[in-house]
Amino acid sequence: MSQIFHRSTNTFSRITIFGAVFILGFLTWAFGELSRSTYATQAGVDREQPVPFSHAHHVSGIGLDCRYCHTSVEDSSFAGIPPTKTCMNCHSQIWLTSPTLEPVRESYRTDRSIKWTRVYDLPDFAYFNHSIHVSKGVGCATCHGRVDKMPLVYQQSTLQMEWCLDCHRNPEKYVRPRADVFRMDYQPPDDQLALGRRLVKEYSIENRTSCSTCHR
Amino acid sequence: MLLLFASACRQDMHDQPKVQPLEASRFYEDGRASRPLVAGTIARGHLREDTKFYTGMAGGKEIAEVPFPVTEKVLERGRDRFNIFCTPCHDHLGNGLGMVVRRGFRRPPSFHSDRMRELPVGHFYDVITSGFGAMQDYSAQIEPKDRWAIAAYVRTLQLSQYARLADLPAGIRDLIPAADASKKGGAKKGDSRK
Repeated sequence: MSQIFHRSTNTFSRITIFGAVFILGFLTWAFGELSRSTYATQAGVDREQPVPFSHAHHVSGIGLDCRYCHTSVEDSSFAGIPPTKTCMNCHSQIWLTSPTLEPVRESYRTDRSIKWTRVYDLPDFAYFNHSIHVSKGVGCATCHGRVDKMPLVYQQSTLQMEWCLDCHRNPEKYVRPRADVFRMDYQPPDDQLALGRRLVKEYSIENRTSCSTCHR
Repeated sequence: MLLLFASACRQDMHDQPKVQPLEASRFYEDGRASRPLVAGTIARGHLREDTKFYTGMAGGKEIAEVPFPVTEKVLERGRDRFNIFCTPCHDHLGNGLGMVVRRGFRRPPSFHSDRMRELPVGHFYDVITSGFGAMQDYSAQIEPKDRWAIAAYVRTLQLSQYARLADLPAGIRDLIPAADASKKGGAKKGDSRK
């Protein structure tokens, strides 16, 4: 009985075994790129909202502080989405007849919540706390970007674990003085590392990289 | 093959059945996962017995003193909170020309009139708590302690615009040009309160 495979297939199988390494390598790379892509993370994609609320207008134009609306950011895990009442503090008199704001007025009249689209949604198994980050000198813009330049808010960061860990491993690369946390136009100094190391010491910032820091 | 990976992805752990603050809920009729307190319940430590502190009133009248010692820290906190919550209308000096007013909101009175200077400090607390005229109440946005800090800071602002030259520390007094020396001094970084 003759052989099933011709001798030349040996070469073919050698190439395949050799190539498999590259194919696997390519697939791994492709998977990594894909999961970091904006397609997977949705970073940088404007979100549709029931009312096209512009942070650019309210923060840059009017000069509102982040905390005027996100009142609980300094002492709670959740920064807080303002109730309709907060909108009505001003819009009871301004832009009274604007059709764009009708959902806001309707919500105020009927006491039904406006269903805002959540932009920053961490997986439920990650426990994030705003207050600790704010009090240790992590600026709003460090994670959320220049919200004061966003007509519609998009997710600035990937929110992937490697992104969290980048700062948790090297906080000195990102921390700023507490007084500047809520400033949108803060520019890190040229010697950020020197400042960062000083602040890390001053604010007793620890490199928290244990799993249970965030996953409990 | 990638599709195979993707089809195995489930989001059960990402979106657990537990509720997060202000999440939507299909369980409750109003669609809100965050529930209001049941009427008549008081969280531990939140019984508002100290009516002076929580209403700014005593015997139906606005009290004239902040019900706790006003330290520099309190004033700094007051400035901080004032700049967050009040400046949109009252502006940084309290003259009532904030950005929202410039965009058409009814102008609030300036803090720098005899009438405003003579109001008891409890009045400012009460206005923040309950609103006044076109101003909505800020009870949901500002904690009582911070409301007092703001009220104290309003007093500081008033003094800063109504200080006599003689009130200024000697080092700063010399910086004011002699031409202004007649009556009232310029703005002064307030650290004392009437």
